[in-house]
Amino acid sequence: MRLFANTAALLGKELQTEFRSRELLTTTIVFVLIVIVLFSFTFDPSVSESRRFGPGLLWLAFLFSASLMIQPSFLKERTNDTLSALRLSVGDPFAIFLAKLLANACMLLLTQLLLLPIFAVLYNVRVFPVFPQLMLVFLLGSTGVAVTGTALSAISAQARMRELLLPLLLLPLLVPILIASTEATAALLDEKPALRWDWLGILVAFDVVFLTALWLFGEYLLEE
Amino acid sequence: MPRNARAPSKFCETWCEADAVSARIGRPAGLKFTKIEKRFASLYALRRLDLEIAPGECVALTGRNGSGKTTLLRVASQLTRPTRGELAFPGLKEGEAPAIGYVSHAIMLYEELTAEENLQLFARLLGIAEPRRRATQSLEATNLSARATSLVRTFSRGMKQRLAIARALLSDPGVLLLDEAGTGLDTESMAWLANRIRALRDEGRTIVMSVHGESALSQLATRAARLDAGTLVADTRAGATFQSVFAAGEA
Repeated sequence: MRLFANTAALLGKELQTEFRSRELLTTTIVFVLIVIVLFSFTFDPSVSESRRFGPGLLWLAFLFSASLMIQPSFLKERTNDTLSALRLSVGDPFAIFLAKLLANACMLLLTQLLLLPIFAVLYNVRVFPVFPQLMLVFLLGSTGVAVTGTALSAISAQARMRELLLPLLLLPLLVPILIASTEATAALLDEKPALRWDWLGILVAFDVVFLTALWLFGEYLLEE
Repeated sequence: MPRNARAPSKFCETWCEADAVSARIGRPAGLKFTKIEKRFASLYALRRLDLEIAPGECVALTGRNGSGKTTLLRVASQLTRPTRGELAFPGLKEGEAPAIGYVSHAIMLYEELTAEENLQLFARLLGIAEPRRRATQSLEATNLSARATSLVRTFSRGMKQRLAIARALLSDPGVLLLDEAGTGLDTESMAWLANRIRALRDEGRTIVMSVHGESALSQLATRAARLDAGTLVADTRAGATFQSVFAAGEA
């Protein structure tokens, strides 16, 4: 069970350093807020338009902000070669990925949680009656984004043009997440809210497939 | 089997890692490089290098910049997988994992954490029992107790290097790899580092350190090896030819 002990220790470190500096979280929240407000001012949507386009705009904003947030995951480990220290210390390199993707998912969820009320006010949609169901969609969507983003962050951190590479690789790969999350959110914000298990199933399948791939091949992404 | 050189598939791993951790602490081991080759694209960092280091030896690696010292040390630490060749750890039983401490010129510590938090984190990752107590002991051993709760980014270069060594020694490694550990240190810090390495050498640990020319560190070595373009060009134990290895290495 050393994997879980290592993951817990590393997750604590990730959250501790982030909450100490608050660099990523603040930047991401401000970014998503700007995007949501700009969309709202630009389109000035009616209630029916908000229901139709709001979820898509919301998830697009989350995906763009996620690519910003996840970018430094492995990049910051290069500064003092701390990634080498981690690789020498952990029993299973998957613990490094697991801790980072959990930290990224937590921060994405926190961003979503903080911005949901603002989205509800600006787009005039009722989110509180379906809040638990929305959280389930956000949890599954964020996990998928975090798993894929963390893996690609490890790849892009070793490449040239790394700042550009991550969004270029990540965003196309996240199309299934974008579609499934948007559809599931739209169904919940509809006049007759419904939890669409078919879209949730796609999100679960995406999460499981990418998490398994990361577990199997993650250590090769860390090699020099 | 090297610790990080896992079998090609994860399916082969066992759930006995906790036992492996306690077993690997403090084991004396040597290093045997057999026809080691490391290539980065078309660039050869190491060329069919053969070198055997007995348990307890203290080896100074020297050579020009880019001669392959860092690559050799990273291969020894298993951070870098060689393109070809084999690395073995004589002195260990079959299947036993070596305990390796690695100090590079990068400090390998989190500057946004305190000294205490850094050591506790790595002690936890290594599976050391009572990580707090181990961290406190390590801070005392490196004369950093007074700054235990200070962020590492506020430390001087010498203090950071002392903390880096404390981190590398957390698992009580039988093999210690030092990559230009003395770079940027003032006289006082260098003297502290030399004393620490002398003590570790006298405890019987295998030490391989890369150095530039003669220094307080190179004088501790019982053997000197010089690399040039990824090839071992000189290898001698203390004696008449010993100093010449360092002189030639800086030519």
